[in-house]
Amino acid sequence: MLEIKNLHVKIIEDNTEIIRGLNLSVKAGEVAAIMGPNGSGKSTLSYVLAGKDNYEVTEGSVMLNGENILDMSPDERAVSGVFLAFQYPMEIPGVATMNFLKAAMNSQRKACGEGELSTPDFIRLVKESAGKLGVSMDILKRALNVGFSGGEKKRAEILQMALLEPSLCILDETDSGLDIDALKIVAEGVNALRDENRAFLVITHYQRLLEHIVPDTVHVLYRGRIIQSGDKSLALHLEENGYADVIASAA
Amino acid sequence: MADFQDLTLFWIKEMNIPVKHTTGEEAVLSLLQDAGPQASHVLESISQRGLPTRRVEAWHYTDLRNLLKHYPAVASSSESAAKNALAACKNPLPCVELPIINGGYCAELATTLPQKMLVASQTQTVDATDIASDDTIGLLNSGLVTGGLTIAVNDDAHIDDRICLSHIMTEENSAASRHNVKIGARASITLMERHLTTNSAAAVTNTVCDLELADNSIVTWVIDQQMSELATRFGQLNVKLGKQAELTILSLNSGCKLVRQEIRVEVLGEGSRLNISGVNLIGHDAHIDVTTKLDHLVPNTVSTETFRNVVAGNGRGVFQGQINVAQIAQGTDARMACNSLLLSDASEFSAKPELEIFADDVQCAHGATVSDIDENHLFYLMARGIPEKLSRDMLIKAFVAEVFDGLAVEQIGKELNNRIDNWLDNNG
Repeated sequence: MLEIKNLHVKIIEDNTEIIRGLNLSVKAGEVAAIMGPNGSGKSTLSYVLAGKDNYEVTEGSVMLNGENILDMSPDERAVSGVFLAFQYPMEIPGVATMNFLKAAMNSQRKACGEGELSTPDFIRLVKESAGKLGVSMDILKRALNVGFSGGEKKRAEILQMALLEPSLCILDETDSGLDIDALKIVAEGVNALRDENRAFLVITHYQRLLEHIVPDTVHVLYRGRIIQSGDKSLALHLEENGYADVIASAA
Repeated sequence: MADFQDLTLFWIKEMNIPVKHTTGEEAVLSLLQDAGPQASHVLESISQRGLPTRRVEAWHYTDLRNLLKHYPAVASSSESAAKNALAACKNPLPCVELPIINGGYCAELATTLPQKMLVASQTQTVDATDIASDDTIGLLNSGLVTGGLTIAVNDDAHIDDRICLSHIMTEENSAASRHNVKIGARASITLMERHLTTNSAAAVTNTVCDLELADNSIVTWVIDQQMSELATRFGQLNVKLGKQAELTILSLNSGCKLVRQEIRVEVLGEGSRLNISGVNLIGHDAHIDVTTKLDHLVPNTVSTETFRNVVAGNGRGVFQGQINVAQIAQGTDARMACNSLLLSDASEFSAKPELEIFADDVQCAHGATVSDIDENHLFYLMARGIPEKLSRDMLIKAFVAEVFDGLAVEQIGKELNNRIDNWLDNNG
């Protein structure tokens, strides 16, 4: 489903190369965990996949379901199935959450040649998903993410993911800032979306999240490259021993 | 600066050099000439000084001498034109319509008035020699005024109907009117000034409204300007605020080539509250200037001013906010904020807060920001599949809509939001 080949990425502002020849392949239905020390390029990878324009891809390709997504704008990528659950979801004053959800769902439907949702259908869909994720309809009446607690923001991200039904879900440190109960709810939300036609890229520092969202593969990102891949036992190994020996054996 | 100008004037007079007038000035002078004796003082003043330039402090960011290119002939009104005009500018909000077409009040087209209030058509005259030399809107109005309304609301009257003064221009003409509105003690009412054109004519209007709020009255005053992008509008709202009175002013500019809207409030009654919210949507090569002057003259009064401006294309915006707190006006709480979003490299906004405080126990705050659309916000919306144009529009709307959030008059807020949508379709 996702095929990243020899990806090189620079930050435009200061010309620093962050991703340096990254190769990664994720199959449909697979949950791939990306782990790595601070500054290894994890968040950059998620932003580059979603299409943030502060980065320049100097080499390589990213194919999603056979399409090269690097030439696409962020909204086109979203329509193609990319969804990034942000590490720090933006607070946007003045944009009502419900209006935002409706605009996102209808924009994607429109781009796929489908008709707009009727208001009752839209509200029904939101209510269903919100109920499962323990998101109160009250907070959805507020401006987007404004005044949401850390846990509410992350749950709202998963709610958006459930409503938009992407094929590639990127979770950027979704566990950061979550207490253990919120973590469970978020993980259950994600697990409910696991599907043979959907792939997940779970970016995290800690094994803790992976106890709840059990990965099929684990990849260690270091200095902009995948230096080791394995199954879920690799995450446990990292939890116990840190990154030092993996880095040493790759060097 | 004023001294310098007077000195120049003195030299010019002494040396007997005639002031060279611009075409705009010549057009104004010829209209003043035609207006007869009522305009003689103004004619003399403008003929000697010319229209204000950057050197006149109050007009520093709106160089009227250079910006005012023309001033068309005074309009005449015909009943059939008036009927069509009113039909073309149908008010989306239900209200009591007081149509002022091409400067003339059309009583026969007005909606039946609610009880406990009176409206009379009357040309207000003011003594031009009492008007300050830099009050160009007041001066021009006194010279060119051809009509206006006197509106009186009884004490204790609660008028549920919205009263709407719809100023509509149908041709490339000018019009000047002066309205006098008196709200009785403990009365409540919502009044709207609408300013429209039926076509893209380069009309010029000058409207002065004198509004008095007696003690404990509650008033919402809306100024809704949506004239053609070639039109020019001069507006002045002069307010006297009584004890415990509450006034909410909403101002929306979404049209015109040149606007100078002045809001001047004398806070005369203790315990009164004033709230001014304004949105200026400035596109193409429009120049929109909103100038406010609040005089807190008694103790324990509250005022807040919030302006949000969106500037696109070659648009240019100006906000001048003056707050004067007299020595006896202890306990004044005055806050002013002006935030602007610039959507193009050529767009400009100038904000000038002026605070003059003689009392010591007061809270006064002012702030001005100028920014571009937040790229992180834009990315967040686009990452959810919302196309760039729609994402930008949502963010622009969010920026201005905050001003109208929580309005008691929700319907007006909705209508203003629709207007923002229309403007974005043309300028976003």
